[in-house]
Amino acid sequence: MASGIKDKVAILGMGCSRFGERWDASPEDLMVEAYTEALADAGIGPDQIDAAWFSTHMDDVGVGRGGTPMGIALRLPFIGVTRVENFCAGGSEAVRNAVYAVASGACDIALALGVEKLKDTGYGGLPLPSVGTLIPQWYPNAVAPANFAQLASAYQAKHGIDRHDLKRAIAHVSVKSHANGALNPKAHLRKPITEEQVLNAPIIAEPLGLFDCCGVSDGAAAALVTTPEIAKALGKTDLVTFKALQVAVSNGWEMHSNAWDGSYVHTARIAARRAYEEAGIRTPREEIGMMEVHDCFSITELVTTEDLFISPEGGAIRDVLDGFYDADGKVPCQIDGGLKCFGHPIGASGIRMLYEMYLQLKGRAGERQLGNPKFGLTHNLGGQPSQNVCSISIVGGYDG
Amino acid sequence: MTSGIVGFGAYVPRLRMSRQAVHQANAWFAPGLKGKAKGERSLANWDEDTITMAVAAARDCLPPSHESRALSGVVLASTTLPFADRLNAGVVAAALDLDETVSALDVAGSRRAGLSAVNLTLDRVRQGEAPVLVAASDLRISRAASASELEFGDGAAALLLGSENVLAERLSSSTLTVDFVDRFRQSGEDIDYVWEERWIRDEGVSKIAPKAAAEALRKAGLSGAEVDHFIFPTSLKGMSAQVARQLEIKPEAVVDDLADRLGDTGVGHGLLLLTGLLPTARPGAVILMLEFGNGAEAVVWRTTDRLAEWTPQRGLAGWLERGVTENNYTRMLAYRGQLELEKGMRGEQDKKTALTTLHRHRRAIMGLVGGRCTQTGSVHFPPSRLSYDPQGAALDTQVPYPLADRPAHILSWSAEYLSYYPSPPHHYGQIDFAGGGRILMEFTDVAPGDVEAGTPMEMVFRVKDRDQTRRFTRYFWKATPVRAAERTN
Repeated sequence: MASGIKDKVAILGMGCSRFGERWDASPEDLMVEAYTEALADAGIGPDQIDAAWFSTHMDDVGVGRGGTPMGIALRLPFIGVTRVENFCAGGSEAVRNAVYAVASGACDIALALGVEKLKDTGYGGLPLPSVGTLIPQWYPNAVAPANFAQLASAYQAKHGIDRHDLKRAIAHVSVKSHANGALNPKAHLRKPITEEQVLNAPIIAEPLGLFDCCGVSDGAAAALVTTPEIAKALGKTDLVTFKALQVAVSNGWEMHSNAWDGSYVHTARIAARRAYEEAGIRTPREEIGMMEVHDCFSITELVTTEDLFISPEGGAIRDVLDGFYDADGKVPCQIDGGLKCFGHPIGASGIRMLYEMYLQLKGRAGERQLGNPKFGLTHNLGGQPSQNVCSISIVGGYDG
Repeated sequence: MTSGIVGFGAYVPRLRMSRQAVHQANAWFAPGLKGKAKGERSLANWDEDTITMAVAAARDCLPPSHESRALSGVVLASTTLPFADRLNAGVVAAALDLDETVSALDVAGSRRAGLSAVNLTLDRVRQGEAPVLVAASDLRISRAASASELEFGDGAAALLLGSENVLAERLSSSTLTVDFVDRFRQSGEDIDYVWEERWIRDEGVSKIAPKAAAEALRKAGLSGAEVDHFIFPTSLKGMSAQVARQLEIKPEAVVDDLADRLGDTGVGHGLLLLTGLLPTARPGAVILMLEFGNGAEAVVWRTTDRLAEWTPQRGLAGWLERGVTENNYTRMLAYRGQLELEKGMRGEQDKKTALTTLHRHRRAIMGLVGGRCTQTGSVHFPPSRLSYDPQGAALDTQVPYPLADRPAHILSWSAEYLSYYPSPPHHYGQIDFAGGGRILMEFTDVAPGDVEAGTPMEMVFRVKDRDQTRRFTRYFWKATPVRAAERTN
């Protein structure tokens, strides 16, 4: 049986650009912004990096394909640069590759960087994806808000919840994230909002309104990882190490059997179970101190709290309305504003989640610093509820 | 050998455009059309065309796709065939998931093409052969603020023609070909050019049409007085009554042309009226059908005792009751491509169809045929070599499993305003089929409030996308609420 990743790899340094409508910055500029911060944080030079993984989702906007855009933008010393792409979970995928490279002993220090330049499309929302030659011939020309909004219709049907009650709960999700994002100088959306504003906003995809949808942002985030031993040798203290790193990818069960009820994300439950086991966590509701979940839409965050076994099944609405996930709640969720307000530059988002967990564990989160969290969890979801990639990582302080 | 009609079906689109709404929008320009601003005309949804309406009418008279659909041929009659070179009747055959040995033929060129197709088919029906499906369908475009815009409607009809279990036998037929150009549409054009109505009436219809009808009656050995029902579709007011008088047909035999409720649906209109008449006709009734267009075509039918044994799935009466009034005139223009609405950048998406891919997956895409694993019973769409099974993926165990006519319901859904869609909001969701199978599908003929999780849905064959760059229509299936035949407004 595999021994898992727990405590084998530490974060040496991280960086994150300001997210938002970065009309001023090219994707290369955004990469440099995150990379230089990570290098300075790690206290190393470029020639100490052995290999790099590069996450970016869109081909038509941004930098195109392959590893060269990052190799050239960052003037990396002719090291291997591999582009990875796994929908919105690509950032976590880059981290996973870099972490595994270090854990294998093939690399001492590896770089994971994600970038997305979404605001060069000329319109709001995500760019239209290319999906091959078969899918367009039968699949609806579906957009993300409607794909995720379907969780709401199935969740309502399953738990017998009326539209108004669900709308109120998911409104609280967004109000909470806006309150958090207002305290984050790198966040895209920094204005607090009220429940009334959320409920009265125009509908984007029934029942989701404008404020139920996350920001569409430009941005980049970077992580340098190494072994705890090398980190210590480089003078680092209070190390943050990976406790778990799990990915689950749909195999068609959701669509090709009639067993899935459409109200939750199956892969999230699988990845969560594996991650808790890898990290040695038995009571996640008690042990997870904070989390960054993939709140592309408010309903996604709501069902995810159940998929991660923090809220009991059917109990998310009560927990949300009780403030369980608020900044002063038991398990603060999206303390940096989340995708909702920090923003969602797709290829960077998984690394941005990790960045916040890292800052919090290091006590460097400024105004939004939490008390003394032991474990931080990131949940990075790519695709749509019916077929997706779900990546979950757990990080915490290193005792070794 | 007796040959004739062995089955019949109809289709009328759900939308019924208020003529008053059309007139109100155009009255500043064409006040003279006020007299025609009464009642409603049927209006095809944006995702319907001649082919999809023909498929709907055909399904109205066929058993479910997962049961036997033995047909020896498909004939499609229309003056608005979507393709000049791609067998339109072949698209219908593919949507009906018919065996490849079926023959297929497009019949076009005149407004009497529907009856021409019937006569042509019955002339070659052979004993012992499976029936031939004749569908007649038109989606005609007319210029804004024209009389045609108010007179036309959209719809289709389908007959099964054969020699066994005949519901109405053809006693005789007659054809007259006269190059009388009352209206025309050059190839590549969308809209008819029409000559003066008085000339058409006096010099055309009243001289040509009765001749064909009289000849058919003569061949059948019948007089006009013996005709129980006279079907003569024309948008010329009072014309069918006048021709009836010329033929000495009693006035009460003239079948209502449904101008108030449907409009003139073009090539399919005569057959459509016939499908509406048959369920109420008595056995032994004599029906004279007459169609005009560059000559005239006539058929004399006599119903049989078997007529009472047949009922279409919905029939014309059912479709008529299923309508919903449309009061937005700009919707009609936009659906027919006559009003360019702002699509936004999301409307710029390329809709190129990989024809290689279409061919590989033709039964899945055109016929909505999934794959059912013979070991686990799980149903996959599209079909795949490996089936899903929690105990391990089974290889090459799937057999074709038609889904188009199986009961289904909504598992989850949404309706969004973000993507470019010709009829927002864009509804879609997961559809679960009774007996297995799940497809994320577009919904059509829906308005906000029509659906929720659990709503029973049925499948309809529709236009999925139109590739405006290469002028190619992509078809697929959509889900629509199973609706009782009640009129909703």
